[in-house]
Amino acid sequence: MIEFKNVSKIYGDGTKAVDDVSFTINEGEFVVLIGTSGSGKTTTMRMINRMIDSTSGEILIDGKNIKDENAVELRRRIGYVIQQTGLMPHMTVYENIVMVPKLLKWDKDKMRETAERLLKRVDMGNEFLDRYPQELSGGQQQRIGVIRALAANQDIILMDEPFGALDPITRDALQELVKHLQEEMGRTVVFVTHDMDEALKLADKIAIMSEGKVIQYDTPDNILAAPANEFVESFLGEDRLQQRSTMQTVDQVMVKTPITVTSDMTLAESIRVMRDRRVDTLFVTDMHHVLQGVVDFEGINKNRKKAETVSEIMSHVYYVKSGTLLSSVADKMLKRGYKNIPVVNEAGKLEGLVTRASLVDIVYDTIWGDDEEVESIPLETTQYQESE
Amino acid sequence: MLNIEGLDELTQMNTFQQLIYYVQENGAYLWEQFTRHFLISIYGVLFAAIVAIPIGFYIARHSKLADWVVGAANVIQTIPSLAMLSILMLGFGIGVNTVIITVFLYSLLPIVKNTYAGVKNVDNALMDAAKGMGMTRWQQTYKVELPMAISVIMAGLRNALVVAIGVTAIGTFIGAGGLGDIIQRGVNASQGGAIILAGAIPTALMAVAADLVLAWLEKKLDPSSRVRK
Repeated sequence: MIEFKNVSKIYGDGTKAVDDVSFTINEGEFVVLIGTSGSGKTTTMRMINRMIDSTSGEILIDGKNIKDENAVELRRRIGYVIQQTGLMPHMTVYENIVMVPKLLKWDKDKMRETAERLLKRVDMGNEFLDRYPQELSGGQQQRIGVIRALAANQDIILMDEPFGALDPITRDALQELVKHLQEEMGRTVVFVTHDMDEALKLADKIAIMSEGKVIQYDTPDNILAAPANEFVESFLGEDRLQQRSTMQTVDQVMVKTPITVTSDMTLAESIRVMRDRRVDTLFVTDMHHVLQGVVDFEGINKNRKKAETVSEIMSHVYYVKSGTLLSSVADKMLKRGYKNIPVVNEAGKLEGLVTRASLVDIVYDTIWGDDEEVESIPLETTQYQESE
Repeated sequence: MLNIEGLDELTQMNTFQQLIYYVQENGAYLWEQFTRHFLISIYGVLFAAIVAIPIGFYIARHSKLADWVVGAANVIQTIPSLAMLSILMLGFGIGVNTVIITVFLYSLLPIVKNTYAGVKNVDNALMDAAKGMGMTRWQQTYKVELPMAISVIMAGLRNALVVAIGVTAIGTFIGAGGLGDIIQRGVNASQGGAIILAGAIPTALMAVAADLVLAWLEKKLDPSSRVRK
């Protein structure tokens, strides 16, 4: 838990970068500090690991004032990700990942194991360990930047506009990755950005800052539902405020009974299921209905002679958790061309399926659903007009 | 008339043959002066490096001092080497030590300047990351700043060494020895062209070789050239 108590930062020339800020970040929360440049968001974040010392007030981590602690040791306990990645060009990817563990003098095997495990978590193979950062793409570099901040099991991760320099598609993928990692590992993240979409997507709580003050500190839903003042409203923008009325989650539109097979089913049986239910893809689950993967007609057809059961040929499937906003799922379907996206609950159990057809329904609903005129126009009139 | 055996023969030779003859006859002496010359230059540069590299790091962090320090080193650099040698000779007497001190003084500027530039040019984001991850000031210096700046520092050493080899050649005037002695001997002898060459060519070769070796090292140490082994 991180507590800010009346914290201010006043520079020598009298500028107040942070002005009497108080708020609490609970353990395991993803908190986004957002504001225009000069709002004090970065200063606020950098005070947590004492890259900047506060002028007055106190910051407590788990009840202890951070000023009573050695700054160097404090920083080693807190992960730190910056926009320019800050990867050392003279060190290999491996040396970069284990930088903090090395400072803490971990033994070699443990460092190697940690580096390999984390690299796998961000879908990168061990062959990257011996490469140098400049051989990687921007997205890969920032993946390394992120896992470097996790390598010493830091409970708190500070991120300063980490994805600002990436292209939209890479940024999207990394945002998801970070959110996933954070939820899985239960780390507390303090994330600075000026991108409202990013904040709404990632945050458990958003702190909107302006001129060194926290204007509103609440969950994204609450902020959208009740902006504290005009500044927050203008910061959110008209579009997002209107969207709130149509803020539906996937649960409301998903098909509740997607066609599934269990992983031990044979290919012949699955083809029969496909034919009976008239679908071309089947979701594979285990006995407890936990989603394992997906098989499609083409895949079965190709491997008919080689494989026995569906578990051998099923491929990974992109899924979302129940409660995800529909807008973000729609975005993904359109951008990445998924035909459908399964929805799972916390335990990974398959709950339903969002299909392109469900999106089309929504579009019709939003455009014509409330429009009574359309519904009230009798068919004859339309025909009459056409014939004229 | 002196009647030295082989003198007739010697006067018949052209300059190149004389040079070969001189090298054959005085190979050991030549080698001794060569190493002496080299060591004087190296010692001067090395001592300068020991002093100048820390100064470079220091002024990179205290930018206000930088102008003063670089300015002072610049003044030293503008003094002609012969004048400098003579002035120092008044204080330190004749001999090898005075030449080493002269080389030391001339080496300060290129090394300080390059160290300053190298450290100053280390990306701020790297230093921010290094500090933010919990490196101590000293760890930031030797784990990040030094490796990032080392190739620029090497370029400074390279400049310094090439200048040093030239300055050492003049050291003969205050009795320090080195290849300058051989050149001086040739200048004083009538028809000493071959002897001058016997001193001058190794001096030039030494400077070129030092330049090449350090240039290679500089490139090798450049962190931006790092790719997979």
